[in-house]
Amino acid sequence: MAKMTLEQLRKLREEKRQELSRREVEGKEIQLIVGMGTCGIAAGAKQTFDAIVDAVKEFGLGEEIVIRQTGCMGLCYVEPTVEVVAPGMPAVIYGKMTSDTARDLVRKHLVEHKLLDSHIYDRPAVDIIKK
Amino acid sequence: MCDFILDIVQNAVEAGAGRVSLDLVEDDAALRVTVEDDGRGMSPEERRRALDPFYTDGTKHRGRKVGLGIPFLVQAVEQAGGRWSIDSEKGKGSRVSFVFPKGNVDCPPLGDVPGLFVSALCFPGSHEMAIRRRRTKTAGAAALDYELGRGEIAEAVGGFERGSSLALLREYLESQETD
Repeated sequence: MAKMTLEQLRKLREEKRQELSRREVEGKEIQLIVGMGTCGIAAGAKQTFDAIVDAVKEFGLGEEIVIRQTGCMGLCYVEPTVEVVAPGMPAVIYGKMTSDTARDLVRKHLVEHKLLDSHIYDRPAVDIIKK
Repeated sequence: MCDFILDIVQNAVEAGAGRVSLDLVEDDAALRVTVEDDGRGMSPEERRRALDPFYTDGTKHRGRKVGLGIPFLVQAVEQAGGRWSIDSEKGKGSRVSFVFPKGNVDCPPLGDVPGLFVSALCFPGSHEMAIRRRRTKTAGAAALDYELGRGEIAEAVGGFERGSSLALLREYLESQETD
């Protein structure tokens, strides 16, 4: 371990704060939920999750979005799956979301407010969609 | 040994000090520690009684009937063939110094230095604390030389109240102790 300077300590604190902020739910209306069942992980959901975190950071959306993980959504044949819930947009489950397409998802759905048509596979269960 | 040091630092903080300093200097032969504060200090009579384990002023910790910090330290230092001194002036502050010869079989192990500094910095209050850590190159370890200021550390980690801040502080202090 190299000796840390006070400046590095401040930077580390800021990084940790941002990391914690990603998990905070309060005051955030947009949710990105990554399917992390065995099927998802086997198909690369961890890499997808990381790519989403990077993309959210890149587009400066960290304060508005909560990124969570869940289990299998029942769409094992199109893993990795990502559910997106955002106000003013239909709740959608995207499939085949590899780490390469994750950035496109964040850009198109959350920045341009358009659906990423080629990856839509389902909508979330009706009981969790707000009417 | 860190436990002894922490007790003395706690005494300094609880003496209402605005400024506390802790020097921890180590070489092949000895470990030298000095804790100095500008708190309320002790009269010659109080200083004498501070060596009595069954004496406490009864105000800092209500219901406690013993004051073991200084007596235990003195016992350990004398058992290890070291030296100690307490200089104090009422209303001006106190200075506690001690030296442990590392070659003596009764010299206690140094212990967890980053843990000591975390605990010392986290005593509540608005006082400033300066910690100086020196170690000349010894047979088993490289030289160390760094200083910590309570105010700037608190600013960097965002205060000492949250567990996440303390984890960061610990990480920082452990990095300072690396060769």
